Amino acid sequence: MATTLAKADETVDFAARLQHVSKSFTGPGGQQLVLDDISIDVAPGEFVTLLGASGCGKSTLLNLVAGLDRPTTGSITTDGRPALMFQEHALFPWLTAGKNIELALKLRGVPKPLRRDKAEELLELVRLKGAHGKRVHELSGGMRQRVAMARALAQESNLLLMDEPFAALDAITRDVLHDELTRIWAETGLSVLFVTHNVREAVRLAQRVILLSSRPGRIAREWEVDIPQPRRIEDAPVAELSLEITEVLRGEIRRHGQH
Amino acid sequence: MASTETTPVQDAGSVEAGLDALETTATGRPSLRQTLVNKILPPVIAVAVVLAAWTLLYPVVDNPTKLPSPAAVGSAFKEAWLQGELLGYIWTSVSRGLLGFAFALLIGTPLGLLVARVKFVRAAIGPILSGLQSLPSVAWVPPAVIWLGLNNSMMYAVILLGAVPSIANGLVSGVDQVPPLFLRAGRTLGATGVKGIWHITLPAALPGYVAGLKQGWAFSWRSLMAAEIIASFPDLGVGLGQLLENARTASDMAMVFEAILLILFVGIAIDLLIFSPLERWVLRSRGLMVKS
Repeated sequence: MATTLAKADETVDFAARLQHVSKSFTGPGGQQLVLDDISIDVAPGEFVTLLGASGCGKSTLLNLVAGLDRPTTGSITTDGRPALMFQEHALFPWLTAGKNIELALKLRGVPKPLRRDKAEELLELVRLKGAHGKRVHELSGGMRQRVAMARALAQESNLLLMDEPFAALDAITRDVLHDELTRIWAETGLSVLFVTHNVREAVRLAQRVILLSSRPGRIAREWEVDIPQPRRIEDAPVAELSLEITEVLRGEIRRHGQH
Repeated sequence: MASTETTPVQDAGSVEAGLDALETTATGRPSLRQTLVNKILPPVIAVAVVLAAWTLLYPVVDNPTKLPSPAAVGSAFKEAWLQGELLGYIWTSVSRGLLGFAFALLIGTPLGLLVARVKFVRAAIGPILSGLQSLPSVAWVPPAVIWLGLNNSMMYAVILLGAVPSIANGLVSGVDQVPPLFLRAGRTLGATGVKGIWHITLPAALPGYVAGLKQGWAFSWRSLMAAEIIASFPDLGVGLGQLLENARTASDMAMVFEAILLILFVGIAIDLLIFSPLERWVLRSRGLMVKS
């Protein structure tokens, strides 16, 4: 019934635990079930992608895990407050790139003298050394998403939620950011829950791909991806598994046209 | 299974640096000459054209009580300056206007925030607040005189009634236009409650707020002039409105022109010195100003 944070003294063997989570909204046609009985465990350091077509409630699910909304039934437990990255960069345009990161640090309670150095460090991690004083509108789309990533990392959360963060980028930039995300994930030991509708992206990045069906969103199938990193999106094993998943996904979508 | 020999991670760094360089365009400030040609020259020419037309029109009208010559108005300025009164007129009005505006700011800002954030308050006084904007503030002069008498507090009351709705409404529309994404992003970063208002809502609403301030100043200045013209009283000290009224009673058309020009110039000067730079700075720092 609630989204809870695990207590500090509790040792947890998961970054996020979703148990029988359902969510319905009251719409014009009465109660509408969006998510139905979702149970997922994200292990510490694990990279999981949630894959699904439109209407599968992917973003709703991330909002629930982020604590921005409450599940109708079921429970969600996370190890601390998760960080969240959106499809749009969501950087604050009244602050410079560096100050955006420093605000995240400030809200987390990092004392002022440490913030500047910490922000520089995070910018270096996303390979944007020297961009501290840049205004958001002076950065390219890819650079903005990297600053957004640095800001999310500034929360020092154990869990990073990503809501189609690369969907609005061009293919070349997206490809490079996949490499960056994989590198940062490996360097930081974060757990990542990554939502996408792009099958290849899901396979390229994740250790585990969870396919959601649509209306209502249910877990349709799960795949372990044991292709060694670093991968490339055009590698044959990635393509092969993508093909298999796409077939299942198409089957799921086809069901909706039949009645 | 085709695997490439290059290490993707190392590769990513250099590709990224290339992309960053390709997609970033350098922006510089315009040169002094450009500013001179684009910004300063056009208004100077416009003023020169008006002066020329005036000079040509003067002999046609040929009636100094209706249209004084530019030279007569000039000497009215010179006289007031030599008597040491010119700055006094300006200061009397400007100090009243700015002080009244500061009060309006102190009242309008929390009021706007309240209307924007509390549903009940919005439903209760939101429509009245935007309706008040279209009520000419001259209408407040007679009741203000009756309530408060002929004194400075009457002037401030009229300024407040003129400027507070503009400032509050500016903030309300600024808050209304804050993209919900910023609020969600703020909440995930831990900016909730007062922290959310201070770190996210207020800075995000700044462009609308500044537009409201700009309009609020225009309304303050207008209200003050109306109050000074209607409620002139020797003990109050001579501001620009009184100067105009005194000139009318003395049928001194050159002085009337002098007063009108002063009112106009002061209004423009305050806008150019305070509000326009503020607005430009807010918009430019957010990349909202398109260079023409």
